[in-house]
Amino acid sequence: MLQGINLACVRGDRRLFKAVNFTLEAGGLMQVHGPNGSGKTSLLRMLCGLSNPALGEITWRGFSIRDLKNEYFSNLTYIGHLSGTKDDLTVLENLRISSALAGERISETQARDALAYMGLNGREFLPAKVLSQGQRRRVALARLLVCKTKLWILDEPLAALDITAVKLIQELLERHLAEKGLVVMTTHQAIDVAAISAVHLRLV
Amino acid sequence: MFFWIIQRDLLLAVRRRSDVLTTLFFFVIVVSLFPLSVGPEMNLLRTMAPGIVWVAALLASMLSLGRLFSSDYSDGTLEQMLLSPQSLSILVLGKALAHWLVTGMPLVVMAPVLGIQYDLPADALFVLVVSLLLGTPVLSLIGAIGAALTLGLRGGGVLVSLLVLPLYIPVLIFGAGAVEANMAGISYDAHLSLLGAFLLVSLVLAPWAIAASLRVSLE
Repeated sequence: MLQGINLACVRGDRRLFKAVNFTLEAGGLMQVHGPNGSGKTSLLRMLCGLSNPALGEITWRGFSIRDLKNEYFSNLTYIGHLSGTKDDLTVLENLRISSALAGERISETQARDALAYMGLNGREFLPAKVLSQGQRRRVALARLLVCKTKLWILDEPLAALDITAVKLIQELLERHLAEKGLVVMTTHQAIDVAAISAVHLRLV
Repeated sequence: MFFWIIQRDLLLAVRRRSDVLTTLFFFVIVVSLFPLSVGPEMNLLRTMAPGIVWVAALLASMLSLGRLFSSDYSDGTLEQMLLSPQSLSILVLGKALAHWLVTGMPLVVMAPVLGIQYDLPADALFVLVVSLLLGTPVLSLIGAIGAALTLGLRGGGVLVSLLVLPLYIPVLIFGAGAVEANMAGISYDAHLSLLGAFLLVSLVLAPWAIAASLRVSLE
């Protein structure tokens, strides 16, 4: 379904990686490994279509994502380093607005349920600026519960999360993969996600 | 979606009232400085008024451009907007409109009060308000292109002025020109029609240019 063909990334006059190839089918998990600065985030941003590869092509269901554009975006949820939470909005507003932006209008009950699942009940009406790093991360990840997209691209989803939250995310990923979803993620922490097919991509 | 984004930006503006008020006070103070420095010469003030109000409106709307995309950029919301299945042009049109409601609209409301300081006659005040009503959305739309292009650059604030101020000149000429024409007793229809034409052209073309600039800036 998602395929990368001979991808290369150049930053300035430094080549981060070249000849990266992978194929990910429905229900597949791809973990991207590599030391800091090896181009993991750059690769993920490419897969989202935020930047273009210096060489090579990314295809979704056989079509270049550059041609698909919005059709591809409607299949995609990206959660990057920056969590996209607004300091001045409450937790609930943040979730509802970010979901609406992703094309999924959700009711207040749906949003409350998702936040409760992420262990944020009682904090729905707090402004996001008073939350800790880990709680902000949980707000951002709560979007995964309400968005019905096929492909999840997660950049360090476990950063700043505690053990219980890591467990929650693991369950969430397994459920998504069991429902024939696709996940591309980077992480430095050891996480054991059961998947039909797991691809490990190593960048050096 | 268009209304969602406007609603969100207005909500954010309400939570951060200081940002809105600084722009408005800047406008009020700049306009008020001239009568104080020139002295109470009514005829001189009256001829200067349209130009001063318009230049102050230009500078005030410029002042707030930096904030248009920078907070969305630094917290990652802008990335999410780019990945939204909705049309990015519509989203940025919503953002530009919200920006105008927050920064341009108060200037339009305040302008007649400030015009009185310059002893402008009532019908000139009316033309001033109409010209600002047509002209300030153009400032927001053109300014947003500059803000999108300079996103994430160091010293972007100065750069955005250099990019955008020259593009503001036609709006300034016909905006201030309409009021001057009215005071000279000639028809000001042509000036307002041209301002309206600027508005329509920028409504159509600016969102597309802003969206393209954002994609370049975030790559």
